[in-house]
Amino acid sequence: MPTPSNPLEDLAQREYRWGFVTDIESDVAPRGLSEDIVRLISTKKNEPEFMLEWRLKALRHWQKLAKREGEPKWANVHHPPIDYQDIIYYSAPKPKKKLESLDEVDPELRATFEKLGIPLDEQKLLSGVAVDAVFDSVSVATTFKEKLAELGIIFCSFSEAVQSHPQLVRKYLGSVVPYSDNFFATLNSAVFSDGSFAYIPKGVRCPMELSTYFRINAKDTGQFERTLIVAEEGAYVSYLEGCTAPMRDENQLHAAVVELIALDNATVKYSTVQNWYPGDKEGKGGIYNFVTKRGKCLGVKSKITWTQVETGSAITWKYPGCILQGDNSVGEFYSVATTNNYQQADTGTKMIHLGKNTKSTIVSKGISAGHGQNTYRGLVKIAKQARGARNYSQCDSLLIGDRCGAHTFPYLEIKNTTAKVEHEASTSKIGEDQIFYCRQRGLSSEDAVNLIVSGFCREVFRQLPMEFAVEAQKLLSVTLEGSVG
Amino acid sequence: MLTITNLHVRGGNREILRGINLSIDAGEVHAIMGPNGSGKSTLARVLAGHPEYEVTQGTVLYDGRDLLAMDPESRAREGVFMAFQYPVEIPGVNNAYFLKAALNALRKHRGLEELDAMEFMSLVRARMQMLDMDETLLTRPVNEGFSGGEKKRNEIFQMAVLEPRLAILDETDSGLDIDALKIVAAGVTAMRTPQRAILVVTHYQRLLNYIVPDFVHVLTDGRIVRSGGKELALELEEKGYGWLEADQVAGAPAGKA
Repeated sequence: MPTPSNPLEDLAQREYRWGFVTDIESDVAPRGLSEDIVRLISTKKNEPEFMLEWRLKALRHWQKLAKREGEPKWANVHHPPIDYQDIIYYSAPKPKKKLESLDEVDPELRATFEKLGIPLDEQKLLSGVAVDAVFDSVSVATTFKEKLAELGIIFCSFSEAVQSHPQLVRKYLGSVVPYSDNFFATLNSAVFSDGSFAYIPKGVRCPMELSTYFRINAKDTGQFERTLIVAEEGAYVSYLEGCTAPMRDENQLHAAVVELIALDNATVKYSTVQNWYPGDKEGKGGIYNFVTKRGKCLGVKSKITWTQVETGSAITWKYPGCILQGDNSVGEFYSVATTNNYQQADTGTKMIHLGKNTKSTIVSKGISAGHGQNTYRGLVKIAKQARGARNYSQCDSLLIGDRCGAHTFPYLEIKNTTAKVEHEASTSKIGEDQIFYCRQRGLSSEDAVNLIVSGFCREVFRQLPMEFAVEAQKLLSVTLEGSVG
Repeated sequence: MLTITNLHVRGGNREILRGINLSIDAGEVHAIMGPNGSGKSTLARVLAGHPEYEVTQGTVLYDGRDLLAMDPESRAREGVFMAFQYPVEIPGVNNAYFLKAALNALRKHRGLEELDAMEFMSLVRARMQMLDMDETLLTRPVNEGFSGGEKKRNEIFQMAVLEPRLAILDETDSGLDIDALKIVAAGVTAMRTPQRAILVVTHYQRLLNYIVPDFVHVLTDGRIVRSGGKELALELEEKGYGWLEADQVAGAPAGKA
């Protein structure tokens, strides 16, 4: 385990509250990416043939992409080249015997969860949260499965779903984000190790918030999560994803894929609070977060809502979108993205209107402090056949200090004349006058900034489940600590 | 309570206050009057600790302590309140939430228990009645979309909740119609106690019909050129500021009348 060896690391470790490393034996694959590695992953996971084939197709496509053009270059982010052959693509805590109860979970692992504030115990039942905890790349504990099973809800790790519900996985995997979608999604398709799977049957309203905590732990292990959520006709599910990562000196690549599918009259809400290690004050270290998240409103009157609070990572590259295929379907995107010090975020959404009378709403709040660079990039596409489509976009940027930047790139592609598309954007600076006003009432500058920022983000926080909203607000204040001198 | 001695202040590259001397005791109401640009608002803002000004000379003692050495929030916590001439909007932040945070910051500093939502609301309701304020203003974002009169009323409402020892009203009358002015003035008058000092900065005598001051000071070009009782305000109303400026040019000494 690393011992803090230089003062810089020391400092960063003190400031990043969730920076700790757990000592658990890992089962680690050799570095690099090849057909052998993909086969190894598939074998380790005891996957059926169709999975291996899918992975290999993705791998070949990725190798082509890597040779031809490499990573996408259009994003407003800058980083040194990533050596994909220097990454470990598979790492799992060594298999243990089947666990009968939580008492059998590795005490050290449980202590880690405690530090993260994720008590894997009865308290969760009281708060109504079932947790499928992903620790590194393999799910180690799943709770409340039985309760959900009574309703016919499947909530398990992705690997488990591949074993127990291969027909569902086969039907929906890649149906929203195909293996050839983009460089990082393709990489994920080839090497993804695990993730979560949820299936809500027809007419069932999931009675609790489903949640998964991701955590990057083993050194140098890129994380390639894959999540698939399917809501059948008339079903409802709200899913929470919260992340913290231990402090690292090197950059860690993270390329997840999330696919959501909503059939007729179904609703899927997906909320994220992302707080991975952002790097230190000089911009050293931190997570590279290249994520592909997309939902498909397949059925009529279906609805998908993305809510995200992005405070961490050195680089965030993320555009949770909705394909509005069913008539009268609704897509929503609510986002708060914060960059401080040398963080970079290029994030936004894609709303693809295909069905008639489809509606989308985009509310994006970008906060930049320090040398942070924050970019909103959003696509609203109204297809020819999408009569009566409507979109409302609002992109607000808040600047703290004068060395940071905010950028807005809206892309509008309208092919139907009945469409109504509105875009509003604003950029403001936290005013000296606002801060002075708060201080004159007895609040410290730090509290004043937190107050102003939370007001700025209110429309987005309102979309989060209560418990999450509180956490998100705390994260924001931690992220912006020291941004006002 | 407050002793200002030979206060010189610079702002925006020029000297705005050029040697202010003023003493205010608990229980007193002082009015500072003067023409536009005379430095009235600067004096109010310097006392509150606005960062845009630089004090180049002089001292300000508040209960014997060096007020100028305290940061703005410490002054507030020690009981200095300023009603802003232009109250600031804070979008998305609920007015009640803001005021509760402020009140609890003051209470915490004084070693008092923080008020919970219920206790806070009962305190707030009583104060709102006093100022004839619409209760919906509580749930709206701080000053956002408030009319000019609502903003000013909100300032005095905050003052009534925070109960300062030294209240500074910076042109609270500007932008108020006569009905609103009477309500605001009645609110301020109701807060006159033997423990509290009030400093009213105003351009017009009108406000002083309703908040009757114990002392009136006339500020011209960064100096107090005349001090007197409430009748000085009336005299000014009649003769205009030009009267004193002419006086000053003629060499009349500035000071207590």
